[in-house]
Amino acid sequence: MSKMTLQTEGDSCLVVMRRFAASPEAVYRAHTDPELIKKWLLGPDGWSMPVCINEARPGGKIRYEWTNGKGHGFYLTGEYLELNPYHRIVHVERMFLPDPTPDNHAETTFEPDGEGTLMTIRMTLPDEQTRASMLASGMEHGMEASYARLEGLL
Amino acid sequence: METLDAKFAALADPTRRAILARLSQGEATVNELADPFEMSQPAISQHLKVLEDAGLIIRRVEGTKRPRRLAGTGIEAMNEWLAMLGATMEKNYDRLDEVLADMNEHKQSKQNKKGEMR
Repeated sequence: MSKMTLQTEGDSCLVVMRRFAASPEAVYRAHTDPELIKKWLLGPDGWSMPVCINEARPGGKIRYEWTNGKGHGFYLTGEYLELNPYHRIVHVERMFLPDPTPDNHAETTFEPDGEGTLMTIRMTLPDEQTRASMLASGMEHGMEASYARLEGLL
Repeated sequence: METLDAKFAALADPTRRAILARLSQGEATVNELADPFEMSQPAISQHLKVLEDAGLIIRRVEGTKRPRRLAGTGIEAMNEWLAMLGATMEKNYDRLDEVLADMNEHKQSKQNKKGEMR
């Protein structure tokens, strides 16, 4: 059974839910502390994040740069809009592949769930066309990542 | 990628999603599709054209009729994309599980040390 769910909601939302066996405080910190982020937000095997800027305050900047160590890489920039420590984060981000994807507005909540945490990410896109192009460019990236992983296997 | 754009744009309309839902039960003619939606044939035909251009449905010729059916590959391409996004996130979160376990261990060993010092 998969622990994570990903579903579309209405015309312009993607909702991801995932449970963690840790406190909301720990899960929140793992999303806002660069030293922790670099350990897990990496995508397919073989990728690393040499640059991780995460200024966890309203108006603070986000910049992640990934590389597969074989000359392939891409980056993401973003800004924090709201932060309620250990409970909720609202931020906007876009990927550069190398052209920028449309802004993705995301609200992430961390709710106590028994001994652990239920994290919900609700990504809202301004309009259907924007979602379409984000999904399209995401697919390009996803495929490239899959090819990169395949390279690793060969 | 243009076709994928077209697919998502086509799917953003509730009537077109309803048409796809109807076609998922089997082939249907324009007349059969127009009835339940209480729409004129030209209006339905316009929606069908968008769906066809996006590669989501296929038209068959049968005498004077032009029944439509789902094009499996169009829906599959999008499901594939969602599956890929999901797989990448799952992998990240499996790693995060380990990071969280380490954080907890670290915290506990710190607490133990504090206890020893007392």
